[in-house]
Amino acid sequence: MNRSNHSATILGRLSAGEILIADGATGTYLQNRGLEPGGAPEMLNVTKPELIRQMAKDYFDAGADMVLTNSFGGTKFRLRMHGAEERVRELNRLAAEHARSVAPSGKYVVGSVGPTGGMLATLGGDLDANEVYDGFAEQIKALEEGGADAVVIETQFVLDEAKIAIKAARENTKVVVFCSMTFDKGPRGYFTMAGQTPEVAVRELFAAGADVAGTNCGNGIDRMVEIAEKMRAVSDRPLWVKSNAGIPRHVKGQPPLYPENPAYMAERFEKLADLPVNVLGGCCGAGPEHIRALADVVRGRGIRAKAGPSVIGRG
Amino acid sequence: MPIMNEGLLREYEFVTRPGERKHIGEALERADALMQQVAYSLITGAHLEVDRLVKEALGNGYAANTVLDDGLLAGMAIVGVKFRDNIIFVPEVLISARAMKAGMAHIEPILSASGIPPVGTVVMGTVKGDLHDIGKNLCIMMLRGAGFVVHDLGVDTSPAKFVAAVQQHGAQLVGMSALLTTTMPNMGRTISAFEEAGLRDEVRIMVGGAPVTQEFADEMGADGYGENAVECVDKARELLKLLKELQAAKR
Repeated sequence: MNRSNHSATILGRLSAGEILIADGATGTYLQNRGLEPGGAPEMLNVTKPELIRQMAKDYFDAGADMVLTNSFGGTKFRLRMHGAEERVRELNRLAAEHARSVAPSGKYVVGSVGPTGGMLATLGGDLDANEVYDGFAEQIKALEEGGADAVVIETQFVLDEAKIAIKAARENTKVVVFCSMTFDKGPRGYFTMAGQTPEVAVRELFAAGADVAGTNCGNGIDRMVEIAEKMRAVSDRPLWVKSNAGIPRHVKGQPPLYPENPAYMAERFEKLADLPVNVLGGCCGAGPEHIRALADVVRGRGIRAKAGPSVIGRG
Repeated sequence: MPIMNEGLLREYEFVTRPGERKHIGEALERADALMQQVAYSLITGAHLEVDRLVKEALGNGYAANTVLDDGLLAGMAIVGVKFRDNIIFVPEVLISARAMKAGMAHIEPILSASGIPPVGTVVMGTVKGDLHDIGKNLCIMMLRGAGFVVHDLGVDTSPAKFVAAVQQHGAQLVGMSALLTTTMPNMGRTISAFEEAGLRDEVRIMVGGAPVTQEFADEMGADGYGENAVECVDKARELLKLLKELQAAKR
């Protein structure tokens, strides 16, 4: 597995105008199957490997071209909270191996890399930039070892941290690099928690070396359409959107209820594909049935990017 | 005195809502040149400067409360407004928070030695499974500045830990934070734990965090919700008043 082989496939297919389908949520999928809210999902790579493989298989069966690994909190910064700081390599390798083991030929495994959860010292927090770089490099190398074709540095809310992770991926591995940030709508529009607009974020992520940039999580797919439009207005490079299924409602004694059903999301996915957004998928609350609806709408209507996005090839 | 500090005058222009303009304007006009300098240094996050100025003021006979109200909190009020209005974001607030902390380090010992009873006692934590504490820490800082005693339970706080802390400290208020939609249900579980412990009527529970909405707070039975750290103090005062009324009615 290396980037030069797979960039010819993932990036090659994107530049040829194909819209690729990613998977839905990991966390809510697992919670609906008994994971305690707040438990470390990464430990399930060891304790419940069959559940993790089944999840990947469900998403591939639903029509996903790529499935994310169960490794969102797999940096040492997050695993430390669960006393598993020393298990970064093991847990991330396993996460990638599980998805790889059920991936049909021509389908991809994308290593999920979430934020550290802290703040860089330069921005008022206490994280050292070199330590953050090393932490991301450690995780991403393990994901590549386990068979990931790409990584997605996702749910990022601090541009500087995202850029460090991109650099760590570039300098230590050959994986394709997706990078995806999360925006909130405030009184002056869409911003990350650290204050970057979608326009600034998308330019800076590409400048930092991301192959594909975009947004995930958020507060429902209608807002994701607005964010994607802003990104598309300033970039002709490949974009990525994974949307959650709306703002969850509380139901006593049950997992949170996400209001957006597959048909509702599929209609908006079509809008996104028309922009085009080149990789589409779901986040919290979106399960295999949402992905099936997404795949049906994109493939059923034969949606392609009219002009293929500009993919910067790299060796 | 009028606002003489030019930097502070520029910062004050970010406050545009009439009520806030009046309220914050009055506080700033109460402040003398040194307190205006403290407020401005806090807004710009110059923590070494805040440290120096607060020490200097206390050494020159300023009352700790004057430095807190006319300097630090007046500045923090503008930080809060700018944050809510998307003029500044989390990093800038953290940097101002660091400056606030530098100032409070000199003021807190004086206040606690003065024997003035706290406004109220709060137990605060990020819920189980959630490791995000930026918003919670901002709330704690605002509450402490406003005279509350806050016991910080940190991150990944189980329902049992919340309940035990309330019992231990005799807290009237509980604050819970969550950043992840996947950990939000633990707020509801914590509320249930207070019910099971027979303590639900003894405390008022407030919640906050990026994915939390007023609707979600209502549905799980929280008593108060704040959209941001600025609202935290007002909400805490309101809930405390409500609790006292409820308890008085019961007696």
